[in-house]
Amino acid sequence: MQISLTVNGVAVSRRVEPRQSLVDFLRYDLELTGSHVGCEHGVCGACTVRVDGALVRGCLMLAVQADGCRVETIEGVAGTGEVFDLQQAFAQENALQCGFCTPGMLLTAQDLLARKPGASALEIREALSGNYCRCTGYHAIVEAVRTTAEARTKARA
Amino acid sequence: MSRIEKGRSYIGESVVRPQTARLLAGRGVFTDDVALPRMLHVAFVRSPHAHARIASIDSAEARAVAGVAAVVTGEEMTSVCSGWVGTLAHFQGMKSATQRPLAVGKASWQGEPVAAVVAESRAIAEDGASRVRVGWEPLPSVTDPETALDASTPVIHPELGDNLAFKLELSSGDAEAAFKNADVVLTETFTMGRHTGVTLEARAILADFDPSERRLTVYHSFQAPNMMQDILARHLNLPEQDVRVICKDVGGSFGIKVHIYPDEMATCALSVMLGRPVKFTADRLESFVSDIHAREHRVKAELAVKRDGTILGMRVDDLTGIGPYSVYPRTSAVEGNQTIRLAPGVYRFRDYAASLRVVFQNKTPMCQYRAVGHPIAFAVMEAMVDRAARELGLDPVEVRRKNYVTAEMYPHTSQTGYFFERLSHEEVLHKLLEMSDYRALCAERDALRKRGVHRGLGLCAFIELTTPGPAFYGVGGARISSQDGCTIKLEPSGKLTCMTGVTEQGQGTDTMIAQVVASAVGVAVEDVRVLTGDTMVSPYGGGTWASRGAGIGGEAALQTGKTIRGNILKVAAAILQCEPEDLDIRLGKIVDLMTGEVRLDLAELGRVAYFRPDTLPKDFQSELTVTRHYVPRHQGFAFTNGIQLSHVEVDVATGFVRLLKHWCVEDCGRIINPRLVDEQMRGAIVQGIGAALYEHLVYDQQGQLLTGTMMDYLVPMAAEMPEIMVGHVETPTAYAEGGFKGAGEAGTAGAPGAVLNAVNDALAPLGARVTSQPITPELVLRALGAL
Repeated sequence: MQISLTVNGVAVSRRVEPRQSLVDFLRYDLELTGSHVGCEHGVCGACTVRVDGALVRGCLMLAVQADGCRVETIEGVAGTGEVFDLQQAFAQENALQCGFCTPGMLLTAQDLLARKPGASALEIREALSGNYCRCTGYHAIVEAVRTTAEARTKARA
Repeated sequence: MSRIEKGRSYIGESVVRPQTARLLAGRGVFTDDVALPRMLHVAFVRSPHAHARIASIDSAEARAVAGVAAVVTGEEMTSVCSGWVGTLAHFQGMKSATQRPLAVGKASWQGEPVAAVVAESRAIAEDGASRVRVGWEPLPSVTDPETALDASTPVIHPELGDNLAFKLELSSGDAEAAFKNADVVLTETFTMGRHTGVTLEARAILADFDPSERRLTVYHSFQAPNMMQDILARHLNLPEQDVRVICKDVGGSFGIKVHIYPDEMATCALSVMLGRPVKFTADRLESFVSDIHAREHRVKAELAVKRDGTILGMRVDDLTGIGPYSVYPRTSAVEGNQTIRLAPGVYRFRDYAASLRVVFQNKTPMCQYRAVGHPIAFAVMEAMVDRAARELGLDPVEVRRKNYVTAEMYPHTSQTGYFFERLSHEEVLHKLLEMSDYRALCAERDALRKRGVHRGLGLCAFIELTTPGPAFYGVGGARISSQDGCTIKLEPSGKLTCMTGVTEQGQGTDTMIAQVVASAVGVAVEDVRVLTGDTMVSPYGGGTWASRGAGIGGEAALQTGKTIRGNILKVAAAILQCEPEDLDIRLGKIVDLMTGEVRLDLAELGRVAYFRPDTLPKDFQSELTVTRHYVPRHQGFAFTNGIQLSHVEVDVATGFVRLLKHWCVEDCGRIINPRLVDEQMRGAIVQGIGAALYEHLVYDQQGQLLTGTMMDYLVPMAAEMPEIMVGHVETPTAYAEGGFKGAGEAGTAGAPGAVLNAVNDALAPLGARVTSQPITPELVLRALGAL
């Protein structure tokens, strides 16, 4: 099937198999390998991307379902500087080790902070609880998101 | 270390890892991200049975699928890739059967690969795999370790005679006498469930064989590239120098990615057979049935104690099931071996007797996973210590203090022959009690009990085996390097490029190495670029496992740094016409040793050495690329120690365990980067918590895995995990100049025991206790008699 969509601000038109997942389309057809495949059954969150502004599991959505949509990946939000402060905080807190979950974590954290700028540590843990990280034990990730939330709140005040 | 202490040192500084920038931007390159021209993809036909004869394989229909390039069976692969046997000579009497990349004749576990379908895409390969018709003749399966050795149980590999892979009896002192003299004898049976690593990036390998030069290049998500290079060369019959293994970004490993897997060997063999690049990336469902599994122990423990809490002796009997094959080349006997050898090591009593049986069964092969044997050893030991304290009405802290190997006893050799240069049990305990305000938590617990809130506190003291020397694998015949090299090159610009044999999977190996090198040479840490994981360019080494990165790779980096520093100073002296001894290197500048006055920039030195050596004395040759190696030889292992405390609340109505907080005080010797050590501890603790409370590979009696998805197999997620506080005591090793030991596994070693003890502390007033892991709500309710 032919699909047309916007990926990270760029108009894209491709022929895809109806069975292809969105994340496989992004990774293999568009070579945007920042979105990762961890479980392919919607549990781990490594494939998290934004579709029309909402978080989506790239393994649970078909590429054809994204026809006409605005898709944003880690490459997009990193490129525009949207998550620059989060990235800095993650680096500072060593909130990533192998880095495989990190793109999904950043997008999920960004989504939380957009909805709840003053999120508490508990709310952060709740919001990230659909993103599996095997390396860090989550403590540093929660700290990085919390310090970013604080800094953003301060900057707005 | 004198040099490091004199100049600008990064040792002990929480330097931020430079490579996180790449990973944070989505620019990491994991194995599945690599694509090569004319690349094919492989999907495997895996056995749906735990044990079954392969009567026939009909691949005609699969071959007919458009886009399928080849369908290959085990028999067709035998001439390309030879089989292997996972035994080590120093495990006397150990046996295992020949394993092959694809099963020949019969399959021995559900998930064993039996045929490979290679196609233009993974999806097409899977289409093909679903059309391969295998004529299965199911055989009775062996699942329960308890009956694996019974005469009525079928023998999985008849050529071996029985289902016993390995057995071991250890004894020290006189356990009989200890039990005779005991005031109290405590007996307990522990059942520890199977779990696995669940690396978020599944195993992945891309093999690229060039038939014109007969060279094989392999991109591999792996921890030990030189080990893989050696094994590929020998089993595919290729010259070792023509096999190159490259480990780019690795998405978690934890001991999962350090073993030889049939599907990965098959992928390389397929590339040789087809003369094209072939990629295999495991999907999550096949990961659960093909990644090595871990643990599965039944441990019977008996403790002989005096009324005052003095431990007199201990007996341990460990039975562990390892699947149908001992995993190559490290074997599946190390887990049990370490369990019974480590268990008593924190304490001073001498009378100890232990037995181990390692048995075959028709489940996924079991092998070394983070903290090999330790979590079982210390859960058992520390649960026995807590039980003794409870039964005798003593304080668990005091019982530990009374029995520790104490400061004045070092150097000390354990009941089972482990050598401890110097450990710090009393210090870490003292620090832990202060950090956690333990006594206040006890008081709070006691007060809350009166209100029907059931909180518990659990301690777990542990030792950790790190930095292994050649006695670990090499003497047993496994070609796994215990030495590691480091190469440092001064670039003409005055910056350093460093290559190391230890590898990076997120620990921060490259940052740690850069800190050591920068400190040893005298440059800014930003001016050191570290490369790991490419057998064509890295010096030969073992890679990263058994917490060896800092202790071995760090020491090799220190020695290399010191050597190139000396060489740089010789060049500087030749340029400046003075003596090297009068000069120093500080933050990338050659300075006068006494005054600190800047004499020469390293960039200028590089320019002269590389482009204008004609200006130097005729008989002077600069040597600005240096390689040095290190292998620990003065002790078998550099043991570390620590203690953890878990604080939990048990809901006695539902059986749910809520983790309130977790503490760990560890002693990994001289710390290179405190933040990286903290984060190793935290991540490892959460893996231990997963084992204690959630993760369980449940099999039915036929050997079918019932928890083979992430919906059924629970991993720790952010919402359930506690805050984890980490403290440090530093007891450097004197056997290596850097004083570094390992830190990667200590968290996992102690966490399950701490959680188990905390739950039992909460349940104690109700007269209940649990002795199995994972501690599920059902288990708690059964212990309480509510089910």
